[in-house]
Amino acid sequence: MSAIEPVKPRDPRVPVSPQLALRVAIISGVAMVMFGVIFFRLWFLQVLSSEQYVSQADAELARHLPIAAPRGQILDREGQPIVGSTTTNAVQIVPEELPPGISSQVAAYQATLDEAEEARHVALARLSSFRASLGGVRRLTHAQHHELDSLRRAAAPPRVAVPPLPASDTALAGLFERLGHVIGMRARTIDERVVEGMTATPYAHVTIKTAAGSGPLTVLGERADEFPGVVQEPVSIREYPFGEMAAQILGYVGQVSEPELKQPAFRGVKQGTIVGQAGLEYYYDHYLRGKPGVQRVAVNAEGQPVPSKLPPTPPQAGYSLQTTLDLGLQRASEKAMQEGMEHARAGGKPAIAGGFVALDPRNGEVLAMGSSPSFDPDKFAKPLSYREYAELSSGANGIPGRLTDLADEGEYPTGSTFKPITAMAALEAGVITPSEGLGSGQCIYVSTEPFCNAGHADYGAVGLVEALKVSSDTYFFEVGERANAYGNVIQNKAHELGVGEPTGIDLPSEFPGVVPDRRWLAEQDELETKCEAAHHGNRCYIVAEPGAPWTVGYNMDLAVGQGELLTDPLQMAVAYSTLANAYRNGGEGTVVTPHLGKQIDERSGSLLQTLRFPSRHVHLNSEDLGLVMEGIHDAASEPGGTSADVWSGWNQELHPVYGKTGTAERAGHVEQSWYMCYIADPKHPIVIAVTVEEGGFGAETAAPIARLIASQWFGVAKRFVAGSSKTF
Amino acid sequence: MPLSPIKPTEEPPPTLPRASRLPLDPLLTLAVIGLGVCSVITLKVATRDLPIDPHYYVERQAIYLGVGFALMLGISRLDYARLRRHWRVMYAVLLLSILAVLGLGHSANGAQRAINFPLFSFQASELGKILLILALSALIVERARHLRERDTTVRVLIAALVPTMLVIVQPDLGSGLVYMTIACMLLFVAGTSWRHLAALAALVCVSIAFVLVAAPAVGVHVLKPYQVERLTAFIHPNSNAQKESESKEREAKDGEPDPSYQQQQSKIAIGSGGKTGRGPNASQVPYGFVPESDTDFIFAALGEKYGFVGAGLVLALYALLISRTLRVLVMSKDLFGSLIAAGIAAMLMFQVFVNVGMTIGIMPVTGVTLPLMSYGGSSVIATLLGVGLLQSIYVQARASAALKGRVLR
Repeated sequence: MSAIEPVKPRDPRVPVSPQLALRVAIISGVAMVMFGVIFFRLWFLQVLSSEQYVSQADAELARHLPIAAPRGQILDREGQPIVGSTTTNAVQIVPEELPPGISSQVAAYQATLDEAEEARHVALARLSSFRASLGGVRRLTHAQHHELDSLRRAAAPPRVAVPPLPASDTALAGLFERLGHVIGMRARTIDERVVEGMTATPYAHVTIKTAAGSGPLTVLGERADEFPGVVQEPVSIREYPFGEMAAQILGYVGQVSEPELKQPAFRGVKQGTIVGQAGLEYYYDHYLRGKPGVQRVAVNAEGQPVPSKLPPTPPQAGYSLQTTLDLGLQRASEKAMQEGMEHARAGGKPAIAGGFVALDPRNGEVLAMGSSPSFDPDKFAKPLSYREYAELSSGANGIPGRLTDLADEGEYPTGSTFKPITAMAALEAGVITPSEGLGSGQCIYVSTEPFCNAGHADYGAVGLVEALKVSSDTYFFEVGERANAYGNVIQNKAHELGVGEPTGIDLPSEFPGVVPDRRWLAEQDELETKCEAAHHGNRCYIVAEPGAPWTVGYNMDLAVGQGELLTDPLQMAVAYSTLANAYRNGGEGTVVTPHLGKQIDERSGSLLQTLRFPSRHVHLNSEDLGLVMEGIHDAASEPGGTSADVWSGWNQELHPVYGKTGTAERAGHVEQSWYMCYIADPKHPIVIAVTVEEGGFGAETAAPIARLIASQWFGVAKRFVAGSSKTF
Repeated sequence: MPLSPIKPTEEPPPTLPRASRLPLDPLLTLAVIGLGVCSVITLKVATRDLPIDPHYYVERQAIYLGVGFALMLGISRLDYARLRRHWRVMYAVLLLSILAVLGLGHSANGAQRAINFPLFSFQASELGKILLILALSALIVERARHLRERDTTVRVLIAALVPTMLVIVQPDLGSGLVYMTIACMLLFVAGTSWRHLAALAALVCVSIAFVLVAAPAVGVHVLKPYQVERLTAFIHPNSNAQKESESKEREAKDGEPDPSYQQQQSKIAIGSGGKTGRGPNASQVPYGFVPESDTDFIFAALGEKYGFVGAGLVLALYALLISRTLRVLVMSKDLFGSLIAAGIAAMLMFQVFVNVGMTIGIMPVTGVTLPLMSYGGSSVIATLLGVGLLQSIYVQARASAALKGRVLR
């Protein structure tokens, strides 16, 4: 090649020598390999694995926001809604459309919250170690109380104040001010809700007000440009057409809390979901809750939402719960409670609180149940302040909190309403014979300690039926005294009939009750010993006299429903139901499980599942049972019976009443009024239990309430007849 | 068979055919224009959601491309050979500009790489690539008669190593690697003996092992930890899902995107592009999941929006650009031109392969731009200056071939 090259260039000219050609070829080869590698890698990424990466990209992009599912309704036994779900236009704030000042405020709030949370965990740890150091102690010294209280307060979920709006952000302050003016709220309250809401669920809209009324909504709709970030969204909220009715039974709803999320009952529940917090709402939450839908919101790398067209998954509404409650009876019963308590107050009794239960004795269906005073569950349907909650939950001056359902969470002695149980036990165990005359005189003396009749009445020596009719305490004191030699006969019968046992009702937080016996006393004594050891020998007052043995006095007090007996109207109603259905079936009774749930319905109303509750069979001696029932029937119908005058004018032929008054004495309290009755009917038998704290004698307050309830049930004219019996 | 009369030599040489008077290599020009257009279109996607003027980057890039193209046209009219004599000046400018940046520079992403002028932030290491190519080429040509001597190889390597060390200190590891690649390529093309090249390869292997493994083990950190991390991140493509939040936290703290997060996001972006791209549904790049999607990771923006088709087209343009560069290397009238073309080829090949490889997860994350595509005046203009030199070599080669009666295609 160089041979034919005519010109010799001045430059060191390099013709394409074989050497250079080789090297350039190598370079070209390297370049080709590189492009080949890139090409195949791209092929792999973009053609073969594309779908996987698309889904990854979508996952990066999407934040999932729950769409609340409408909660199922709660219906009465006829299918009429007593708790509904309604859709209303709520005023909501879209956080990212607000002026920017809000985010710094949220950040500041989050920081304080984190600090508080840290402090809380420290307090929690200290609290649990302090508790462990206390052991099983029931009563604490003053200093320990103080320490425990302050630790408890520190360990409670933190209440962190929202920092004030940055003063520089006039746009934000102005917006809240104007909005507050329209919907009737303080600007500060709006700000607090927005900041708290944004902290809890960062991308979700914050609900400011659920029921703003059509006027403000129209204003907001028309002048939308003046209210940036304020929108109206339909939300599903709880509706209570009957207000305070059965509030403790039905319960209330609220956003699921952090500790609740850890409970098995709320497994799989997303943060921010509205769940049942008490009563039936809690117990049947699984059915009522429904399944929240999912709104997919696209966000960019900074987490700010961006417009997108990701399809939402619609929510599934919850199932409806049909209850056994009879709406008419429930309303009448609550009205009767009011009337009875007012009457008692007019008679000078405090009548601070009360509870009632009406059961179908055949199957345990709760026809009506309630507690007074009640509360408005609607308060929980809207954002509730801490102060409001504290007012509702804690009682004051010895009055139980309104959230407590006294019908199944009360803890009371029952007074004489316990006597039929004592009688059954004594008869069956052969402690007494029915005709044996016992209890003469005003008092029974056990080694000079007197056990007396109310008002020091003297009924003479009477037989069983008469003793029940007049409610002779001396008779039953003697029965109790004798039964003590036979062991736990009364206690065993009480447990057999359902007293001192959890009833298994479909409500949370049922009180198990106490029927005192020798073992129970020994346990209490042991607790006292432990407590004293933990308190350097100071008395804890778990038992009156440490180390004191079981005495016959305990048994005598129990025989008349006093002393250490603690139970509630529901357990007593179960016991009376057992007596009643055994009486109807010749001694073969069932201890029913009282229940409120009847069936679960689809949203459309069709039956999904019938709820079943187990019951326990019990055999009672039908002859003895007949005598006991005769006694309490006489008490409610025969002249001289403790509640006979209450039932004056009642058709005893058609609906014979088997009723027993009770007047429980509680130290430091006015007597507690009790009434238990079974009213026979071929089709609609009913057991009614009524108690009124500090309501006076049983015949005076509770029995007339029971009569009003029964009148409603059997459709007869209602008359409030206060009885005159002054027996316990 | 009668012979046709032989033309007398006294006759004037034939006028050059029209085509040969074309002042530019048409295919090279086409590749450059194509890449410029792709760059602007892709930048529109990558920078759409930036809060400032949405067309800010697109307009600036278009201006840089225009200025660069004009410079390219200008240089193509010059005879590159004249630059040979001034290589010492150019080498001095190279070192001084890099030192100036170190002294006066403005820090971005933890690195001091540029001097901010009112309209323009000057990244010396980018222009330095061209200056280094010219200076080293001239140095080699000067020692053309001693090419096979060890002395030449060592001198060239040292001449390259000095600016390399300076840019690595900035720290701009990517440019440093480009410098060394250029030096190696020049030695290779100039005809250094295979023995020297083998020794050089061994040296490279040893120094990589030393920098990444041995030196940190004894507590000497030649590279900053983040550089090491970047270089090794792609080896564990990994467990990113769990590491992601952690990386984001770190990014928030240091302001430095975590390389493995970045690479993972880039892979998702390109992979999700599929065959024809996600078009308006693209989310990774428009919503900011891929950091630096306007500069180092612009290929991710392209791959997501236009898919395999778009990425393939751009790769084809690069293939054309590089093949034309190699063609210019071969046709150059002198060694100096060949070496310049070789240096530019090395620069282009290294940057394209490393940059694209990094976005698709087969190369470590190094701060290497994608020539002509990535946003940035220094990079675009430096690359176009290089292309201008190629054009000049091409024009000169055609002219001298025409003079010599050779027909070059």
